[in-house]
Amino acid sequence: MSRRLALNTAGFVVAALVVAVLPRFISSYHALEWANVGIYFVALLGLNVLTGYSGQVSLGHGAFMAIGGYTSAILIAHHGVHDVWTIPLAGLVAGGAGLAFGLPALRLTGLYLALATFAVAVAFPALARKFERFTGGNAGLVLTLHTNDWLYYLSWSIAGAGLLLGWLVLATPIGRSFRALRDSEVAAISSGISPALYKTLAFGISSFYAGIAGSLVAISTAYVNPQTFPITLSLFLVVGLAVGGLGSLPGSVVGAILIQFLPTYAAHVSKQAPQVIEGAILVGVMLLLPGGAAGLFRLVQSSRQP
Amino acid sequence: MAALLEVENVSRRFGGIVALDGVSLDAGENEIVGLIGPNGAGKTTLFNVVTRLYRPDSGALRFAGRSLLRTPAHRIVRRGIARTFQNVELFDTMTVRENVRVGGRYGDEALEVVGLAPLAGRLAASLPHDTRKRVELARALASRPRIVLLDEPAGGLDHEEVERLATLIRRLRTELELAVLVVEHHMNLVMGVSDRVHVLSFGRRIASGTPAEVRNDPAVIEAYLGSAA
Ligand SMILES: Nc1ncnc2c1ncn2[C@@H]1O[C@H](COP(=O)(O)OP(=O)(O)OP(=O)(O)O)[C@@H](O)[C@H]1O
Ligand SMILES: [Mg+2]
Repeated sequence: MSRRLALNTAGFVVAALVVAVLPRFISSYHALEWANVGIYFVALLGLNVLTGYSGQVSLGHGAFMAIGGYTSAILIAHHGVHDVWTIPLAGLVAGGAGLAFGLPALRLTGLYLALATFAVAVAFPALARKFERFTGGNAGLVLTLHTNDWLYYLSWSIAGAGLLLGWLVLATPIGRSFRALRDSEVAAISSGISPALYKTLAFGISSFYAGIAGSLVAISTAYVNPQTFPITLSLFLVVGLAVGGLGSLPGSVVGAILIQFLPTYAAHVSKQAPQVIEGAILVGVMLLLPGGAAGLFRLVQSSRQP
Repeated sequence: MAALLEVENVSRRFGGIVALDGVSLDAGENEIVGLIGPNGAGKTTLFNVVTRLYRPDSGALRFAGRSLLRTPAHRIVRRGIARTFQNVELFDTMTVRENVRVGGRYGDEALEVVGLAPLAGRLAASLPHDTRKRVELARALASRPRIVLLDEPAGGLDHEEVERLATLIRRLRTELELAVLVVEHHMNLVMGVSDRVHVLSFGRRIASGTPAEVRNDPAVIEAYLGSAA
């Protein structure tokens, strides 16, 4: 146990150093790409709490990112709030929305829950257009510009904090209850764990992360409109999660890298049909790594045990 | 003295199947009670109803004199009722210690009772079947319940392991002052440890009494022969 803690700490420190010096070696354009990786990482951390740890599938996490993104955008554009201060608020608003959604969603499991969350993500752009007075409708909202390096350090500081917070939460009895419900719901219930409480809580925590990621998207693109959070974003998040590994927080980095760079790479390989290349690579990766890249690492680890 | 656990006239159906048909039975404080019956008799359903995982269609459930019907499933353990499952339900991604700590505050003490303290750091998924069954029992004990419901604790165990299980069940009563309600197909085990035995067949209670009484009851013999034929 303490050896794992030592390994995790060492890994975290090394990774933090790499992240800190990386901008010195890459162009400003690439710094923005890596800032996006940090943002997706935050979103995947949250999705991991929901799917990887508490076993609930969401195909609509882009909607909770959108709630966070619009919360920040409205506060910045309409109320002149400094953008950094809107980040925690965006997390809280989206987290509240997650709690509100998680409660009725308790009645849904598996595929039905996935479909319900998908419906939310599909409906969101229409909602954003309808409340034009706040959201700016299709024209969107224009925000403050920042340098790419500033965005890079902002998103990665938050990603680092998000990772630590995630580890902390999951190490408490709350995290243990999530895992218990995922591993055996009947045994968890008979051990005194309320599925309603913890499943809703997982939705809230997960949406909090999504809201923060959405806020970062708004701040880094300095603009939001209904297409900033398309339905494909939700689907990419799920694939990124599976690739990074269900139930491994650091593994989510791998998923985040995939989400950011796969579309660019696919477009590079084939100008005509980038989606085909994307699809082929995704299927290939999922087939090769059932349980995700982190699942593979865990296999390697456990084979070393006595 | 009133019984600790009272099941009164409980029925439960699943579609056309009547899994429990007006079943009444009880278990006293510090008593070891066996619950036997052919496959599909309703034994596991009874456990699921008592632990509130299933709602009874009718009937009453009382524990220590108070109804269980207003207690949600996740509060049952706080009322003093803990259980194990026929198909071992462990938290496979957790260690043995984490498993029993989910069970309650006295997890470490429970590991000592079942003799698993040396394996506390092992991953539950990595353990052999009989050890997994003991982890499950320890998890049930971790809340310091007043009664444990054991669903086929001897399932899949070899002769020696069953002997050890019998000793362990007796110790639960003497050392931890628990009541035990045990579902088993292993007749030597139930008859050996139980003070009283209830017999279910097709959702009805067809007999109750001491092991000797039940063993010689014509209705019981009939139920078992009928199911074997
Ligand atoms: N969730 C369920 N849905 C539908 N039918 C069920 C359900 N649970 C139990 N049954 C049915 O109720 C009847 C009683 O089942 P139960 O599992 O209680 O029997 P049992 O006495 O525990 O049998 P065994 O000794 O084989 O474990 C069976 O016909 C079973 O198929
Ligand atoms: Mg059964």
